[in-house]
Formats: sequence, structure tokens, C-alpha cells
Amino acid sequence: MQTFVAQVISGLSTGGIYASIALALVLIYQSTGLVNFAQGEMAMFTTYMAWSMLNAGWGYWPAFVGACLFAFALGFGLERLVIRPLETAPELALVIVTIGLLTIFNSVAGWIYTYTIKPFPSPFPAAPIKVGFMVLNPQDLGVVGVTLLMLALIYLFFHSTRLGLAMRAVVENPVSSRLVGIRVSWMLALGWGMAAVVGAVAGLMVAPLVFLEPNMMGGVLIYAFASATLGGFSSAGGAVVGGFVMGILENLTGTYITLVGTKLKLTVALAVIVLVLLIKPTGLFGRAAVRRV
Amino acid sequence: MGKANARKTVPAAGWAVMLAIVLAVAPAWAAQDEGVSATEVKIGSLEPYSGSASSYGAVGIAMGAYFKKINGEGGVNGRKINYITYDSAYSPPRMVEMARRLVEQDHVLAIVGSIGTPVNTAIWKYMNDRKVPQLFVTTGATKWGDPKGHPWTIGWMPTYQSEGRVYARYILDHIPDAKIGILYQNDDYGKDYVVGFKDGLGEKGRKLIVREQTYETSDPTIDSQIVNLKNSGANVFFNVTIPKYASQAIKKAYEIGWHPVHFLNNVSNSVKIVLEPAGLEASKGLITTEFVIDPADPRYQNEPGFKEYMAVMREYDPQGDPYDQFNVWGYTVAQLFIRTLKQCGKDVSRANLMRQAANLHDLRLPLLIPGIVINTSPTDFYPIKQLHLAKFDGKRWVLFGKLYDTSKMHR
Repeated sequence: MQTFVAQVISGLSTGGIYASIALALVLIYQSTGLVNFAQGEMAMFTTYMAWSMLNAGWGYWPAFVGACLFAFALGFGLERLVIRPLETAPELALVIVTIGLLTIFNSVAGWIYTYTIKPFPSPFPAAPIKVGFMVLNPQDLGVVGVTLLMLALIYLFFHSTRLGLAMRAVVENPVSSRLVGIRVSWMLALGWGMAAVVGAVAGLMVAPLVFLEPNMMGGVLIYAFASATLGGFSSAGGAVVGGFVMGILENLTGTYITLVGTKLKLTVALAVIVLVLLIKPTGLFGRAAVRRV
Repeated sequence: MGKANARKTVPAAGWAVMLAIVLAVAPAWAAQDEGVSATEVKIGSLEPYSGSASSYGAVGIAMGAYFKKINGEGGVNGRKINYITYDSAYSPPRMVEMARRLVEQDHVLAIVGSIGTPVNTAIWKYMNDRKVPQLFVTTGATKWGDPKGHPWTIGWMPTYQSEGRVYARYILDHIPDAKIGILYQNDDYGKDYVVGFKDGLGEKGRKLIVREQTYETSDPTIDSQIVNLKNSGANVFFNVTIPKYASQAIKKAYEIGWHPVHFLNNVSNSVKIVLEPAGLEASKGLITTEFVIDPADPRYQNEPGFKEYMAVMREYDPQGDPYDQFNVWGYTVAQLFIRTLKQCGKDVSRANLMRQAANLHDLRLPLLIPGIVINTSPTDFYPIKQLHLAKFDGKRWVLFGKLYDTSKMHR
């Protein structure tokens, strides 16, 4: 029982990591209709920016805000400079561009900051909280809390602001949106910028747990994809739930199913992707894309 | 060697004198292997100067620094060392490409001291097919000691298996009520350690293991594994992880209040790269093994061999950090090569280089822990077989216990 509870708690905290990157993936999908493979590496890179600012003597919160602003500029700029020229290109070209960005960010970070791990400060207290036999790490709780907070903000933005509505309209029907006066291409750039900010926050939350290094997000991205697929790429809430489910599922199968053990944990994530796509391609909470023909 | 023998066996008869001349000259022709001239010996090394393992690149640069010092003193037997080093990027395909360039275009005599198990594995067969020495590879994999199957390859560091045996021996001797939990990377490196460890524990001791956990390098965290090890009731933790996961394991175990006797493989015993990120307080009491000295250890500061190392680093590798263990490795492997080359005498050929690499006796090098000596034979391709235990006191590793000779432990 003790092991079970401990594994569920540990699963929730790794699930929080997956959920936060899954949220960024889903956000960019919702606002641009594109899957961004470089999302994790962009988050890693902006976390390095925060690290540089901290090293230059900034406080934690100024560096936090600075990294978010940098992330927004990065996402926005990338859309304008790299993605926009390919507006009419097939989707596959865009996928390849984002994979290219993935390797570029990874190598540039390694080139500038080297590949040795760096400790990253946490805004939460360090002392573990003991509840009965359970030990809770404040940083883990923080990741979960911040992820849920971001989810709430995103929901509010998309459903209660004019800008959010406009962004949703652009993805739904760019031509009509343009006709009613929405600046479609700016909306897309805005989507990139916002997703990058969500990624930056995720990176800042994850780095104290896994240490900062250029490959910090490599494994996370695969689990984040599994989470987003499970929850549904068209549902932000679904992606977050998917993240937590993945974290717990991974720990429990690794602990209790001898056949899986710790050796096939990653395989579980990949199996989830395949199964969901076979059985319910829209994910647990996603809506099927309906198009009038 | 061939010359002397030939002369001894020749009778005084005139025809035999002719034969003697032929015999005497023949080894001289044989000695004209590629990469050797009257004035230089050309050798290569392939190190990761870029990519994820680029911190290991220090090995290749420190080697070069030592060769510059040797050249400044006139070289070895009148021959200077022409040292060519390329980037392996820690990538097996690139390693093959660069090894072919060294062998087929640069015509080196040997490739020396290249770091990394996967990349050296990639050129293992090639080097042996071409009969070009793959000397003193800088990795702890056990497979490099295979004089029958791969006579042109030899390692130099203590193997992962022998290190595993040392921890096992210590546990059997000092922790009678041990309940052991193991965490290891699910690949050749991790398994090598566990094989040696279990072997060292023996049939009975193996029952002391209560839980084994693995991880993949794609795992973002190893929290789940540490939780399982803690809940298995283990009071001894054998931690076979690379730096990033070693830091995570130390930190996580400390956070969840698990305080086992913690053995950390020496792959990850860098204070700067592993223990500082994990937290020095959390690292207190860790046990590891060492075979090269810690340059920051005050007791070596006045040793002439150590002072020479510092001077060489200052003069020929001023950008390198002399306190970085990888520089100590590179310097030591370069010294090992020079000693082997000196031992070759006049016959500097690929065959003799291998013969002498397998003919080292009680060789002492200044940066090895006092008491450690290098020994090889035609059937023993494991130059360093001794290890010393060290415990972390919150600031640095402090040697304790005795020097373990793993060649005397059963295999």
C-alpha cells in the first residue's frame, strides 16, 4: 500500500512535467493547427536564458518574467521568420522545419552552455512536507499547481476574451476570419508566442527537478506527445489529464507488471500513442474535426 | 630483439654471414611500419570535442599537452611525436570515418587513448582487421581485454566489472546485515557493473540483493525507481548511473529520507559535475572508488610528478582546468604510451608496440593513487587492476580502507 501511494504521488509529479509540455503542444495546435516538435527544446533554451539572467545577478522573479518575455519574442519571431514563408507549403514541410528547429536549439544550447548539468533554483521551499508516511516535495506540488493554473488561464483566454475567440476562429476557418477583419497571420504568430511562454514556464518548473542540460526535454517530449494524444490534441484540459494519467500509468506498470518493469517504461508511452490512434484518434477528450463539404 | 637473436645463432661460415646480414636487415624493414620515420612517430586519437559527451574531450587535449612536453625534450629515441587528434563527436559512424582517415590517409602507427565504449566498439573490428594498434582505450568496459579475439586492442582503466567486485567485497566484509538495492542503466555499461558486483558477492551474497531497478537514458526522472528501492527496505544502495541520473538519485534519496550506505560508481564521482548539483550535504557519506589522484587533494601538492603535471598543464594546455579529472586521465594515458614507446627500443613497429603494451611490469605513474602499479602480459590485457575506496566528507573524496587488487578476486 505504501509503495502504491508513493508511486502514485511520484507519478503525479512526473505527470505534471509531461502535462506542462503537453499543454504547450496543444496550445500551439489549437492556435495554429500545427504540431511543434521543437516545443520542448524551445522551453529548454528559454530556461537557459533564465539561468543566464540569474547568473548575471537578477532575482528569481525578474529572471522568470525575463524568460517569459524572451520566450514570447522567440516564438513570435520564429513564426514570422521561419514558419510564415512556408504558409502555403504542405504540412509535412512544416513538420520537418520544426524537427530542424529541435536539433538547432539542442546543439546551440550545448555549444553555448556545454552539456554538463546545472542546478536550477526553485521558487518553492526545499524542505519536504511529511504527511503520515508520505513525503511530498514542494517542487513537485508546485509543478502540478502551476500547470493547473496555466490551464485555467488558457481556458479563460480562449473562452472569455475577444482575442481568444479570434484565435480560435482563425484555426477554424482562416478565410472567413480574414473576411471579418481578423489579422490571420498575426494571430498565428501570437499563438506561437503564447505556446512558447507556456513552454518557458514549464521549463522553469521542470529544471529544478531534472537539472538543466540541453537534453533535459528529450525524453519529456515523447511522454508529452503520448499525453496530448491520450487526452486529445484539441483539448487543453484533456492534455493535462493525459499527462497525469501517463505519469501514474508509467510508474504503476513499471512497479507492478513484471513483464514491463523499468525496462519497458518508454514502450508504455509509445504503446499508448499507437492504441489511442487506433481506437479513438481524437483522444479521450478531443472533438472530431468536422468539415462541411 | 630480432637482430640480437639472429646474430647469436649464426655460425662463422661465410654463407651464414650472408644469411645473418639478411636476417639482421629483415626486422629493420619490418620496423618501417606506416607512421614511423627516423625523426617521428605519428599517432592519432579520436575524442568527443563536440556533442553531448564533449566534456570528455579534455582527455585528447591533455594528451597533446604531454606530447608537446616530450617533444620539447627531444622526443623518444630521437623521434618526435606527431600527434593528430580528430573529433569523434561520440558518434559511432563518425568514429569509423575518422579512424579510417587516421589509418588510411594519415597513415598513423596507432590510435591511442580514445574515449568511449560505443565509439571504440564501432572501430574494434576495423582496427583488428587492419592490424593497427587500438592502444589504451579510455573506457572501463571489460571487453577490451580479449588478447585472443582482438589482439590489437587494449584498455588501461580498471574495468566496470572489477569495480563492482570491489564494492561487493567491501559489503561482504563490513556490512553483514546488508539488504542491497541496485539501480543501473539498461545497457552494456550498466550490466557490466552488475555482472562484476554479483560475481563478487558470490552465490550466497547474491541473496542480499532485495531489489534491482533499471532506467533508460530517455527517462526524464528516476524518482519512481528510487521510491521502489526505498520501499524494498534496502539499506545498501549500489548506484550505477551516469552523471545526470547520479545527481538525481542522490538528491531524491536524500529528499525522501532514504539514507542507505550509498555506493556510487566512479563514472559519476565528479564533485563539480555530480555532487555539487545534487547538494554537498546530500552527498555526505557516499562511497566510491578511485585510481587516479584528486588534483585538489592537498597531500599531493609537493610530489614532483604532480608538480610536473601542473606545469605541463600551465604551459601547454592553459585553457584546460587541471582539476578536471579528464585531464588527469589524458595526461596519464599519454605517459603510459610514452613509456610503452620507450620500451619498444629501436623496433618501433605496430607488432612490437602491441608486444610491449602487453609486457609492462610494475609500472608506476605519478597521477595514479600511491600503491597502484600497471602490469600486463600476453594473456592479461588489463593494465590497471587496483582500486582504492574513497568516502565523501562533504568537501572532497577521502581515501579510506585498503587498496583492492581485483586480479586476486575470483572471476
